[in-house]
Amino acid sequence: MKKTKQLSAGLTLMAFGLGTAQAEYTLNLMKGVTKVSNDIYDLHMLILWICVFIGIGVFGTMFYSIYHHRKSRGHKAAQFHENTTVEIMWTIIPTLILIGMAIPATKAMIELDDVQESDMTIQITGKQWYWDYKYLGNDIQFESHLDEASEKVHRTAGANPHSVPHYLLNVDKPLVIPVNKKIRFVLTSADVIHSWWVPDLGWKKDANPGFINEAWTSVDKAGTYRGQCTELCGRDHGFMPIVVIAMEQPEYDAWVEKTLAQQKQKPDLSDQSSGDLMAHGESVYLKNCVACHQINGAGIPGLVPALTGSAIATGKWESLDGFLRAGTAKMPSFAKLNAKEFAELMTYVRNNLGNKVGDTLQPKQTALPDDDD
Amino acid sequence: MSKDVANKNIKLARTLLLVAVAMFGFGYALVPLYDVLCEWKWIERDRPDDIKKVPEVAYQIDRNREVTVEFMTTLNESTPMKFRAEKKQLKVHPGEYHTVNFYAENKTDNAMVARAIPSFSPAVISRYFEKIECFCFSEQTFKAKEAKIMPMRFVINPALPEQYKTITLSYTFFDNTEKSVKK
Amino acid sequence: MSAVVAEHDHHDHGPAKGLLRWIITTNHKDIGTLYLLFALAMFFVGGAMAMVIRAELFEPGLQFVDPAFFNSMTTMHALVMVFGAVMPAFVGLANWMIPMMIGAPDMALPRMNNMSFWLLVAGVLLLASTLLMEGGAPASGWTLYPPLVLQTGKALPFAIFSVHLLGISSIMGAINIIATIFNMRAPAMTLMKMPMFVWTWLITAFLLIAIMPVFAGAVTMLLTDKFFQTSFFDAAGGGDPVLYQHIFWFFGHPEVYVMILPTFGVASTIIPVFARKPLFGYSSMVYATAAIAFLSFIVWAHHMFTVGMPIAGELYFMYATMLIAIPTGVKVFNWTATMWKGSMTFETPMLFSIAFVVLFTMGGFTGLMMSIAPVDFQYHDTYFIVAHFHYTLVPASVFILMAAGYFWLPKWTGHMYNERIGQLHFWLSAISVNILFFPQHFLGLAGMPRRIPDYAIQFADWNMISSIGGFIFGASQLLFLYIVVDTIRGGTGEKVTDEVWEDASKHSLEWTLSSPPPYHSFTTPPTSIPTEHI
Repeated sequence: MKKTKQLSAGLTLMAFGLGTAQAEYTLNLMKGVTKVSNDIYDLHMLILWICVFIGIGVFGTMFYSIYHHRKSRGHKAAQFHENTTVEIMWTIIPTLILIGMAIPATKAMIELDDVQESDMTIQITGKQWYWDYKYLGNDIQFESHLDEASEKVHRTAGANPHSVPHYLLNVDKPLVIPVNKKIRFVLTSADVIHSWWVPDLGWKKDANPGFINEAWTSVDKAGTYRGQCTELCGRDHGFMPIVVIAMEQPEYDAWVEKTLAQQKQKPDLSDQSSGDLMAHGESVYLKNCVACHQINGAGIPGLVPALTGSAIATGKWESLDGFLRAGTAKMPSFAKLNAKEFAELMTYVRNNLGNKVGDTLQPKQTALPDDDD
Repeated sequence: MSKDVANKNIKLARTLLLVAVAMFGFGYALVPLYDVLCEWKWIERDRPDDIKKVPEVAYQIDRNREVTVEFMTTLNESTPMKFRAEKKQLKVHPGEYHTVNFYAENKTDNAMVARAIPSFSPAVISRYFEKIECFCFSEQTFKAKEAKIMPMRFVINPALPEQYKTITLSYTFFDNTEKSVKK
Repeated sequence: MSAVVAEHDHHDHGPAKGLLRWIITTNHKDIGTLYLLFALAMFFVGGAMAMVIRAELFEPGLQFVDPAFFNSMTTMHALVMVFGAVMPAFVGLANWMIPMMIGAPDMALPRMNNMSFWLLVAGVLLLASTLLMEGGAPASGWTLYPPLVLQTGKALPFAIFSVHLLGISSIMGAINIIATIFNMRAPAMTLMKMPMFVWTWLITAFLLIAIMPVFAGAVTMLLTDKFFQTSFFDAAGGGDPVLYQHIFWFFGHPEVYVMILPTFGVASTIIPVFARKPLFGYSSMVYATAAIAFLSFIVWAHHMFTVGMPIAGELYFMYATMLIAIPTGVKVFNWTATMWKGSMTFETPMLFSIAFVVLFTMGGFTGLMMSIAPVDFQYHDTYFIVAHFHYTLVPASVFILMAAGYFWLPKWTGHMYNERIGQLHFWLSAISVNILFFPQHFLGLAGMPRRIPDYAIQFADWNMISSIGGFIFGASQLLFLYIVVDTIRGGTGEKVTDEVWEDASKHSLEWTLSSPPPYHSFTTPPTSIPTEHI
């Protein structure tokens, strides 16, 4: 019932053109939370109204003619077929309108392009299929993956997406920025082309492998802003969202301190119960393996081998460990994982996904002597 | 159809076919043309080949200006390497020579051929950023588990327009081992 | 070469008997029929793929297909519709109509004509066969951007080879059309007396010769990058993936005009007949078409505003793109003025043509909005652009192809189609196409990226409406199939006159021939040229 009501509200709005939209029923472009995004919104509305105005003129004339100048009303056809004055008019007037549009558009474009005088720089690296953020001013670096709840639901037939808050628009580790600071982004990619878009910031920018692009923002209002990858980047293109949290400066400073401290912490290598190992292992699996090997470990026939019953996965754990660290021509190396994550992941893969090796691996076992990553 | 018209048709078809072949060539001509347009900074950013080795000349150092140079390192396709700049950023005066070391390590048990591709933000900087020595000039060969310290010596041409105060230099390492074996 | 264009000598006999007739035919009407039927078949194949896409997007969550297959569907839907349906359909119309409109007996190069059709079939079949290959059909979007496209499985070289075949076929078709228009016109048919359809196709044919080889070059570079260690688009070897996008869109932007210029031509042919009035501003129509074709070569990077261009490039491509609005506006105003003070009737072809003018203009408006580079930073790669280009392709090119079908089927077959079912087909199509694509504007503005198989909950309602519209639209097209078959088999049984539509013979030469027309159109060139359209 509520849905129907919302829908009719939406349709009414549609009937009145793109008016003010309800929060959950955005029909129009969002204004966003930066000066640039507001300028872009104004520009959008200006051109929209120009189009509506021209449309009313052209379609109005056409429908007047369709109604009155029809044979069934006995209208006799006139035989004119040109009129130089009219033709010059409808060339010159649109030209003037276009010039009028070009001026604010040029201003907005220059504003969007000016990345200088920034307060901090963040490197964004697109990867298949997650984002990697690195703060160039300090040492903060982390990967930002689709959150586990969405990951599980979108990969399970019959699961209910409505049960997940911010389905497909939530991540495990959001990008955190301070408000009212000019933040410069440099974007690149480690594989194919991605594109980083948060509508509230007013722009998207492609991340190209080997090259860097730049963009900037200065958020006026603290809050959480969501977006997605907008350049087709392969199988899981739809599953690499972006979440930006803008914080007041003191909160942001606290976040930096906390995050740096967490990053410096060595992984906790103490023993875990097999239940914990399995639970944590699932998280590691969902972040790193599920895109190719799938939620049930079945792989993709012809492309990705199954983990269920796989000789490598269920053989000696030492060789599985070596295999994961080395990678192959088709599978990247997972040397980026730490000993704790290796133990959890291997325990999970060997005792779930249809496998029953029956062992538990503890972080101390999988730690390498020179494991300093 | 008369013989006359048929001959005209064949002639025209031949000409048009030649145009089509020429347009195929034009497609390839767009590649060098693109470099030219990049040079003008019109449609594109810098190209790797833009960044040529230049001889060290003495510039008038502009002490009134300070430019922050940030360094950014990326590994393509999770290339099994460690790669980082020894300094995250550097404040420099235009005209002043600096050397920054980059650390790269092959983490595999096999020899590796890798190439670092540079890129600038803002793109126009590549015109003013002159490199005297750089590991990006050629492919780098690593022995198994080899680690290298690679210096990069540069100067920012004092002709750099005033408005640029922060610039980013990015290097992405690509694993070219397979490609160089095939070649 | 000489074998292909050797003089043909068919004046004295009719078609060969049996199935072989259709394989070896060099007759412009037979080849036109083959093109049109093939295009119709591909319209349903591409449409079925669209139904898969809309079914998956009916609700959030993954229901029917795997994301990789979904990506293959969006890619193949586009390739099949562009290269298998819309372009061949217009080539089919050109084959049928151009000789009849300019007073020629046949096309200039009949054997090449046959070859270009069969190359098209080979190309499309090869493309379709990639669906069965290991790793699936190409799934990188019809734009085939590297490096993603290089991750395609076994299908990559086959898809590229198929693009080569389609390109060769289009180029041969274009050469034939140019040669026909230049050399085969009746002596009295001067260039500025040619019907608009002939003019727009002439310009389109030049576009095709200029761009198809460039596309062939771009995909050949992909091929050598993948298999022969070149580095055109590989940053690791000094190349640049963005270079591909520049080359692609140098082809791609004129390519979309290849699909719209003949559309303009057909609309300019149909509207005057049913307004019972000459086309308004014939010469400005010709110049506007030429201007649009010229502009199409210098605006390509407006597809790439977010790729990271310097400000000079962004501004240049924005201004150049905005200019397109001027000649396009002239065309829309001319059509409106043609209807003004006419004596209009609304048979199915006219209905589709009017819907075309209105809905194409809406697509033009969103196009103008997207030409504004800073705002395009929001619109780009969202459902807003999906809505935009579908408005300029479906209720524009496809509607006009339907209009052309209704308009000329009675001439081609000598039978009248069922007007009531035609009107039903129109109203179902015109309403459902808006239910299908209008909500996609909202989705794009609200932030839904294109080419995703699953989406956030807030996009659910409009997607469901859009899918419902899609299903109705898809099902309605079966009516068209029925009408085509029914008309060929006798239609209403009513015998149509030579000019079919009232006073049509005042507008163009084809209406002076019998219905159906003789196997060879004009064996002796007509001496008087209808000038109502000028």
